Amino acid sequence: MSATAIAEPRRRRRRDPSFWALGALVGLILAFLYLPVIVLIVFSFNDNIVTTLPLRGFTLGWYEKMLANEEMIAAIRNSFYVAGAATLLTLLVGVPAAFALDRADFPGKTAFRRLVMLPLTLPGIITGISMLNLFRVLGFNLSLETVILGHGTALVAIVITQVYARLMRFDRRLEEASSDLGGRPWQTFLLVTLPNIRSAILGSALLAFTLSFDEIPVTFFLTGRDNTLPMYIYSTLRRGITPEINAIGTIIVVVSLALIFLSIYLLREPQRRSRAT
Amino acid sequence: MKLATRRRLSALGVLAPPLLWTLLFMFVPYAIMFTYSFYRKEFPIFIPDFQFGNYLQLIQDSQYYTVFFRTLKIAAAVAVAAVALAYPLAYFLVFKIRSPSLRAALYMAVIVPLWVSYLLRAYTWKTILGSEGVLNSFLVWSGILEGPTDLLLYNQFAVVLTLTYIFIPFVVMPVYTALEKIPRNLIEASQDLGVGPLRTFLGVTLPLSIPGILAGATFAFCLTFGDFVAPVLVGGPSGTMIANVIQSQFGIALNWPLGAALSIVVLIIVLSIISASDRLERAGRLNLG
Repeated sequence: MSATAIAEPRRRRRRDPSFWALGALVGLILAFLYLPVIVLIVFSFNDNIVTTLPLRGFTLGWYEKMLANEEMIAAIRNSFYVAGAATLLTLLVGVPAAFALDRADFPGKTAFRRLVMLPLTLPGIITGISMLNLFRVLGFNLSLETVILGHGTALVAIVITQVYARLMRFDRRLEEASSDLGGRPWQTFLLVTLPNIRSAILGSALLAFTLSFDEIPVTFFLTGRDNTLPMYIYSTLRRGITPEINAIGTIIVVVSLALIFLSIYLLREPQRRSRAT
Repeated sequence: MKLATRRRLSALGVLAPPLLWTLLFMFVPYAIMFTYSFYRKEFPIFIPDFQFGNYLQLIQDSQYYTVFFRTLKIAAAVAVAAVALAYPLAYFLVFKIRSPSLRAALYMAVIVPLWVSYLLRAYTWKTILGSEGVLNSFLVWSGILEGPTDLLLYNQFAVVLTLTYIFIPFVVMPVYTALEKIPRNLIEASQDLGVGPLRTFLGVTLPLSIPGILAGATFAFCLTFGDFVAPVLVGGPSGTMIANVIQSQFGIALNWPLGAALSIVVLIIVLSIISASDRLERAGRLNLG
C-alpha cells in the first residue's frame, strides 16, 4: 500500500464526526463494563462497613478479617478441590471427544456433537437439575464429588471446542511422516500430535478451571453440606453485604484476570507464533 | 489384519469414554427429568405415574404463566439492550480503529470480563444500586437527589441492567466476527456509487451482520431465560423469574414433578429458539452467496 493510501483515510477520519460520536459512546460502554469492577476493588480498601460514598480512608482490615474467617477459608479449599478435579475430568473426557469428532466416523456422531455442546447454551440450572434427578435415581448422596461430576459435564464442551478447533488446523501429513519414518502410533501421538495441541489443552483447562471455581447454578443443586466459595458468598449475600466480600472478590477478580489472559495467550492462533520462530 | 484390529480397539478406547459420559450424564438425566414431569406429587415426595397434571397446572395456574411471561419479557429486553450496546462497540472496533494491535487490545478489554466471576459482577450492582449504595450516595452528595431513593434496586429494571451488563461481551463476540467477515470492497463499492454513509450502513453493513446479531441475541436471551442468581440478588419479589420458581420446587416447595415439568418447558423453549436462530442464520448466509 502506498503512503498516500494510508494517510488518506486518516485525514478522512479526523473530519469524520461519526468517529468521535461513536468513540464517545464506546468510551461510555467500556466505563459501564469496568466501573463495577473498580467499585468492588476500591471498596475492599475503604474503612467503612457500608459500601457508600464518600470514601473514608484506606484499610487492609477487610483482608485481615477475611483471612481469619475459617468458614470462608474452608470454602476456598473446597473450591480448589472441586475446580481441580473437574478440570481433570473435562480433559479426560474432552480431549478424546475432540479426537473422536475430528477423526472418527460413527453412527450418531451428529447427535453426539449436539448433545455434548448443549451445556454451552443451555442455562446451568437445567444441567444442575437433570443431574440432581440422576443422582437421586442412582441413590448417590450429594457431596463435593457430585458437584465435580456436574462441573465436568457442564464444562466439557469448552475443552472439546478449543481442542477440536486446533485439531482441524493441524496438518496430518506430519503424523504420516512420523509413521513413515517408523514411529509407532504412541510415539507419533506423544512426539508429533500432542506438542501441536498442547497449548489448546492447557488454555481450555485454565478456562474450565476459572469457570468451575466461579460456578453457581450447577453447584447449587448438587452440593451437600460442604460449600464452595461462590456458594458461600452467595449465601452470605442474601443475609447482607459486608466489605469482606469485596476483599475476597478483589482477589478472585485479579486471579481470574491473570488466568484468563494466560488462557487467551495459549488459545490464540498458532500460526503467528510459528512464523515468529 | 492384526494391525487393523488393534487400530479399531484403540479407536474404541478413544471413543468409549466420551460417549459413555454423554450417555450417562446428559442423555439419561434429561430422560429421567422428562419421566419425572409426568409423576404425581404425594407425601412425602412423589410417586410414579403417567399424567399431564403438572403441565396442566402450568397453563391453568396464573402464578406460573405470569412468571413465564415476565421471564420472556426480561430475556427479550436483555437481548435487545445487549445488542444495542454491543453493536456500536463492535462496529467501532472493526471499522473505525485502524491499528490492528489497538483493536486487538480493545477487543480483549471487552471480552475478558465475560469470564471474570459472574457472581461478583452481579453482586457489585447490588452495592451500586442499593439505597445506601454508591449511586444513591453519589446522587445525594452531588445534590441531584435530596434523599436516597430505593427505586433503583429490587425491581425488574435492576435485573435487566445487571444481566445486560453481564452478557454484553457475549454479544460483542459474534457481532465482531460477523462485521470482520464483511468484504471491505462491498462497502467501498457502495461509497464509490455515491451512497452516503448512513445508507451504506443500512443497505450493506447492517444486513450482512445480521447473523452475528442473531447469534448474540440468542446467547443473551437463552442465558437470561434460565438465570436465577441475578433475580435473587437484585430482583426482589417483583423480579422473580422462572428459574427461581423451578429452584423452589426442588427446595422449599418440594414438588419435583412440577419442577421437572417447568424445566422441560424451559428446555423446549431454549432449544427451539436456538434452532430457529440457527436456521435463520443459515438462510441469511445463503442469500449472500
